Amino acid sequence: MNGWMGAILYIDLSERTHWVERPDLDVYHRHIGGKGLCGAYFLPWATDPWDAPETPLLFMTGPLVGTASPTSGRMHVMSRSPLTGTIGDASVGGKLGGQIKRAGYDGIVLTGRCDHLSGIEIMDASVTFHDAQALVGLDTGTVYEKIKGKGATAVVGPAAEQGVLFSCIMVDGSYAVGRNGLGGVFAGKNLKYLTVKGSGTVAVHDKAALKKAREDIHRLIASSPILLGEQGLTHFGTGAVYDLMDSRRMMPTANFRATYFPAAHNLNAPAFKKRYGDKRTGCRGCHILCKRVADDGTHLPEFETMSHFTALIENEDMETVTRANSLCAALGMDTITAGATLSCYAEIEDRKLSGKEALSLLEDIGHGRGVGRELARGSYRYAASRGHPELSMSVKKQELAAYDPRGAYGMALAYATSTRGGCHLRAYPISHEILRKPVATDRFSFAGKARIIKIAEDVNAVVDSLTACKFVFFASSLEEYAKAFTAVTGVTTTAQDLLHAGERIYYNERIMNALNGFTAVDDDLPSRFFTEPGSSGNAIDIPPINRTDFLEARRDYYRVRGLDADGRPTREKADELGLDWNPEDTTETPS
Amino acid sequence: MKELVDKYAHKLVAAGLAEPGAPLVGGLDANLVWNRTDPACAELEQVFAGLNINSLLFAEPAEPYRSIIAYLASNAKGAIRPSDCETRTMMHDLPVVDRFEANAIVAALKQRKSVIIPGHGIVAWGMVSPEQAFIFFSSVCFACFVKFFADYLVDSRAGRLSNEQRSVFEVAIPLLDKFPDTSPTLMNGPFTHEDAVYNALIEAGRVTVAHHLVDSFFGNVSYRFGDTLYISQTGSSLDELEGCIDPCPIDGSSCAGITASSELTAHREIVLNTGMNAVLHGHPKFSVILSLDCQKEDCPFAGQCHTRCPEARFVEDIPIVPGEVGTGPFGLCNTLPPAMQDRRGVIVYGHGLFTVAQDDFNVAFANLMDIERRCRDLYCAMLSLY
Ligand code: SF4
Ligand SMILES: [Zn+2]
Repeated sequence: MNGWMGAILYIDLSERTHWVERPDLDVYHRHIGGKGLCGAYFLPWATDPWDAPETPLLFMTGPLVGTASPTSGRMHVMSRSPLTGTIGDASVGGKLGGQIKRAGYDGIVLTGRCDHLSGIEIMDASVTFHDAQALVGLDTGTVYEKIKGKGATAVVGPAAEQGVLFSCIMVDGSYAVGRNGLGGVFAGKNLKYLTVKGSGTVAVHDKAALKKAREDIHRLIASSPILLGEQGLTHFGTGAVYDLMDSRRMMPTANFRATYFPAAHNLNAPAFKKRYGDKRTGCRGCHILCKRVADDGTHLPEFETMSHFTALIENEDMETVTRANSLCAALGMDTITAGATLSCYAEIEDRKLSGKEALSLLEDIGHGRGVGRELARGSYRYAASRGHPELSMSVKKQELAAYDPRGAYGMALAYATSTRGGCHLRAYPISHEILRKPVATDRFSFAGKARIIKIAEDVNAVVDSLTACKFVFFASSLEEYAKAFTAVTGVTTTAQDLLHAGERIYYNERIMNALNGFTAVDDDLPSRFFTEPGSSGNAIDIPPINRTDFLEARRDYYRVRGLDADGRPTREKADELGLDWNPEDTTETPS
Repeated sequence: MKELVDKYAHKLVAAGLAEPGAPLVGGLDANLVWNRTDPACAELEQVFAGLNINSLLFAEPAEPYRSIIAYLASNAKGAIRPSDCETRTMMHDLPVVDRFEANAIVAALKQRKSVIIPGHGIVAWGMVSPEQAFIFFSSVCFACFVKFFADYLVDSRAGRLSNEQRSVFEVAIPLLDKFPDTSPTLMNGPFTHEDAVYNALIEAGRVTVAHHLVDSFFGNVSYRFGDTLYISQTGSSLDELEGCIDPCPIDGSSCAGITASSELTAHREIVLNTGMNAVLHGHPKFSVILSLDCQKEDCPFAGQCHTRCPEARFVEDIPIVPGEVGTGPFGLCNTLPPAMQDRRGVIVYGHGLFTVAQDDFNVAFANLMDIERRCRDLYCAMLSLY
């Protein structure tokens, strides 16, 4: 086998046993890797509660991981989301994926639960269990320092141990399996850390063809102003997008009550660079390097964190943002949900939080203290408990990212239909609505967006399966990655063949959600976006979204995606994609 | 959708790439719409069914592209492989199939952005907008035009022109754009307020397109006003720059220009190095064709001319430099700005022409046109030698 290792490592934490499964080639061909393999392996467990011991937690790599294919240092993690009850998954960078491959596996399936807090150390074929009780309550950075010599690492912090529903898994010190609260699943298995070290290599079918594909992709990356351009990700990190959200009047401000934050121009990426310095870092195998580290070694916030810890909570102090970012990483919490939960709290309390209070609330959440215990359940549950669920700016109980949907209608539709709740990355329509790639679309129109969103979801499902980084697709496309895939695996394919697999991968997620009772009611935005305008100005008008237009676009999306009028899978489409779908298996309501 | 399919059908004709009434453009969201009815729609609907896309464009190219593409396709062995920058960066190669039939078209379009079907036309797709299909179609026309004339010169010099080549050449030459006797008069600078800068940029973009000094509608244009460089956005149509100009502070204090042209760095360096305020960039065809024409034998960099050419090459007073789009290690941002010192223009190998001027776009545009005219004259003069 080339590209794939042909082996999946199973670890039963209850029995402290492990074994290797060798999937048929056909499994790889159908599901590619990463997100695709995750979905295929998770389907039988889709309706189990997230905290049931048997519910698996999956770490899957793709065929390109560990090869010279550009941005192949990423991998995918999946389980049931504690926060949303949907399928829960995230792409993550660092070197974990590469080490899993070098150890001889395409992925790791963790099932069961350790009887006490433990760590697992994998070195090639050896899997050992270690008592981690001495690490209980320790922050992710401290644990990372203790274990980083053992290979690539995945760690949870106090937040996960405290049952914070948006806790994350920190990979290799600074890469977060951020959204959906998968840290809770990890901790729920009584795991504190995982390390992986491998000594093997990944076989590549045709190195010369891979070199050619790599050159083609690099040429496109170099031509992209958003990636290598002087104001782009390479030079300013993902925060480069901050000014654009400001100038386009779509920066979520004051819990989405406004879309313009007057202090933004003092808090942009150039200002961070001036204050903290400009060391670049990033995932294995990537030369874009979109992460930033301060001169003193502190990891600097990414765009979403910058935006939510400034405009969304109305904070004008840069140091508070950096400290909030470090705190979330140390405690092991998703910064998007954390920021948006604080802003929801502030709105319900009807006051502005001081920087000091915001930081102390984060500590309280992560350590399970005071009101922090309530906020630890995310903004939706907190707002509902106060009688105001409508003040949670979330979809399927997961908080929205730093793009106001009133400023980009494709984004509005994509937030609503995402299979993991309020997520900007499933279809990332900001690419064409704001960044003009591959070409610009009208951001204030739903025309054509249903199919555009559907295709983009399929594309990104492939990207997360290969695996590669979505950012590269501002410049490159599956056309070039299909060549890389064939060069690595020897399997002849085309961009459109991969896209077909992407459609299957995404539809499988709709099936898993439908099995848990999710329907059209859940594919919706908070009412604020249909009733309140954003902050018009700069010759840009930001009216509320027209509800009828939104519902029509969602109806069109269901048609294009092959779902019924209630957003549920159809047998016809499932058959066409070679998937099983039995409506009778559905549970009553989403949990 | 209907608006978009109509718009790009119209633009294809306006650009001289298809005859009026020829373009057939389909856009698919939940429903499929065409700009007009045509018997070919049925077959193309099968193509839609076989691909995950949202738009298709089918048209027979206008002359001289029709004859040029037909000639290249007849010798293509599956795909035409031009060596201009656009093909290298975006299209990779241009597949050819021998019949207008859905399965054959789908098979080609599964891998590439366009397909040529001799005797029928070109089919191209978009995943986000018919604009993509339009761009791919026009890239095919541009790349084939450049390849035909570049090959013609080489073959003529080697004394191996075929009759077929000669007859296509005879079709093409009378159809080449006529250069106007005088350059149009554009807004006079130096500009004293921002609005004038925006208007001057919009005007410069529009005349560049009107004189066909671009392939499709792409190129870029900038003007320095105070501490800000105003520049056209990435992927913007030069004839529609309203709302598509980014003000980029020269001191780098904002990233709001992240959507600016890929050539922002080159423009800024040119402005800073030369003290000129206006920079204009188009893709005039004969400038590109001559840049490809190098007679050096046994060059160790053969095949890598676009990135590694070490020679100081010129068309008269105009330098030709290597360099790829953007800012990578081989980016034209490294080669173009130094070459622009004390020059009125610079050609980037296989790509296009940049010109500069002090206060407004009059001189920059006049030079763009003049250099292209000189390149075409020189091309013809070289042919008459053989
Ligand atoms: S662009 Fe950033 S997130 Fe993507 S692979 Fe590179 S470093 Fe990682
Ligand atoms: Zn150009």
